[in-house]
Amino acid sequence: MIAARIKSPVIYAALLPLLLIVFLLALNVGPVEISLGKAWRDWIGSQTTIETLILFDLRLPRALLALTIGATLGLAGAALQGLLRNPLAEPGIIGVSNGAAFGAVVVFYYGLSGLAWFMLPLGGLLGAVIAVAVIFLLVGKSRSTITLILAGIAINAIGGAMIALALNFAASPYAMQEIVFWLLGSVANRSVNDLYIALPFMVVGWAMMLYCGRFLNALTLGEETAGSMGFDVSRMRLILIIGVTASVGAAVSVAGNIGFIGLVVPHLLRPFVAYEPRRLLPASGVAGAILLLVADIAVQSMSETRELKLGVITSLVGAPFFLFLILKSRNTLQ
Amino acid sequence: MSLLEGENIGLQIDKVRILEDIDLRLEQGELVGLIGPNGAGKSSLVRLLAGVETATRGGIRFDGRPLARIPARTRAQRLGYLAQGAMAHWPLSVEQIIELGRLPYQNWWLQLTPADRDKVERAMRLTETLAYRNRIVTTLSGGEQTLVMLARIFAAEPDLIFADEPVAALDPYHQLHVMEVLRNHAAGGRAAIVVLHDLGLAARFCDRLYLLSHGRLHCCGGVSEVLTRENIAEVYGIDSRVDCNANGVSITSLSRLGDHHP
Repeated sequence: MIAARIKSPVIYAALLPLLLIVFLLALNVGPVEISLGKAWRDWIGSQTTIETLILFDLRLPRALLALTIGATLGLAGAALQGLLRNPLAEPGIIGVSNGAAFGAVVVFYYGLSGLAWFMLPLGGLLGAVIAVAVIFLLVGKSRSTITLILAGIAINAIGGAMIALALNFAASPYAMQEIVFWLLGSVANRSVNDLYIALPFMVVGWAMMLYCGRFLNALTLGEETAGSMGFDVSRMRLILIIGVTASVGAAVSVAGNIGFIGLVVPHLLRPFVAYEPRRLLPASGVAGAILLLVADIAVQSMSETRELKLGVITSLVGAPFFLFLILKSRNTLQ
Repeated sequence: MSLLEGENIGLQIDKVRILEDIDLRLEQGELVGLIGPNGAGKSSLVRLLAGVETATRGGIRFDGRPLARIPARTRAQRLGYLAQGAMAHWPLSVEQIIELGRLPYQNWWLQLTPADRDKVERAMRLTETLAYRNRIVTTLSGGEQTLVMLARIFAAEPDLIFADEPVAALDPYHQLHVMEVLRNHAAGGRAAIVVLHDLGLAARFCDRLYLLSHGRLHCCGGVSEVLTRENIAEVYGIDSRVDCNANGVSITSLSRLGDHHP
């Protein structure tokens, strides 16, 4: 088998225009038909019309959230698969998703979400930080990656159990429905404020994960060898995990759990970057953004009365597709 | 001044003494073998010397400077470390793996300069891996993979190479090939330390040997001083025949000594 060494510019020449097209399409989709051109002209002319309101208060935040959250999930998936050197790793594996989800559920449970718009994302971020802090306390300075994975799985399970507990004792069927719908994952009806609170965490997280690219390349040869190549393995691992926590924690805090993007996207892209972990990072980020935008467009165009949740469609399409990928590549997987 | 000096090196993990009181030195041009039974502490010692792990006692000096005070990037440029059973975790091409050797010289963008490319080519020539530069490393045989991993180290042009059991599980042809490559590296004014289980190979290729037993240095010196019937019996617990002839020293393992547990 000959390795296809595709130059980076080729991938981005394909992915970036695609991202732009999908983004513009996403702005064009919604329950009401509006003319984007008119909205733009009104906005330039500082006029507030129904078109500008729909475009700038509803569709733009939604599309930007789908874009940034998709990018976060793709990037975090690629980063964790590189760190754990395991193609089955996904952002949830270190407990951050369920931690964030539980934090948000607590906010719902005690009815705190009505107090201020930032209570929900704040609760989610706190949950994510606590989950990962607990994992680091458990794992300590241990070098073992297996310990890290197992602790992550345990924390995930605890988060899941706590969510189940909250659902069990939910005050009313309505409260329960609210929690369940939120957990399913969606970027509908979010405001620009959600973007403002999540974006800084996501951008910082992206920077930290991208910074680890060289380290992930070295890690291809194992932790000891990476250490001999001049990397402080525990420090780099900490930076990467904090990056994942900040960005995925923020993403889950505003949009709930959106599965399979972080798992499938790196798989899909890996052959196009010649399996190089560092080059996989930005490519997975862009592809994750495209996929989540497409999924959100699909969600909005398919459902009539009750909107299909974004997390439902990503899992619905992502899981069988993942199976297909495994069957296709089972001979090359180690 | 020796290239590498270790004095009174000790390593203790969770109150278990892994290594104790080890003095070691290495001059330019030397290929030194580290031998001893399983669990004697060879791999631990190599990890300490390569700077992958930190000793709990004693000091290691490289080129006159304490190893711990050498910046990580400089250390990575000057010391090469081949881990035991080193392998690639992603199906990268041979060339990509060898290019990783230039990582300690590159910035975040990892642009390979023409000079970097020359060093990668040279490393492939030295290890005779040019023929399969485009193959996926995980599809190669064990021997070919070891040579690729060595080429990755050569691409960094280190002064000193540490190889932890590089010839374990290789056929005789590849064993000789790997050992020759390491000896040529040392002969070119650099140096190498190799952990070996095959005493015959150690006798044939190494300038000097360090024999470890239970985390301590049993003895060190020239091949014929270290590989004596008595030393082998004491440390390995076997009876052996040691022959000195034109090809150097050859060792034949005869039988286990009944009451000895190495």
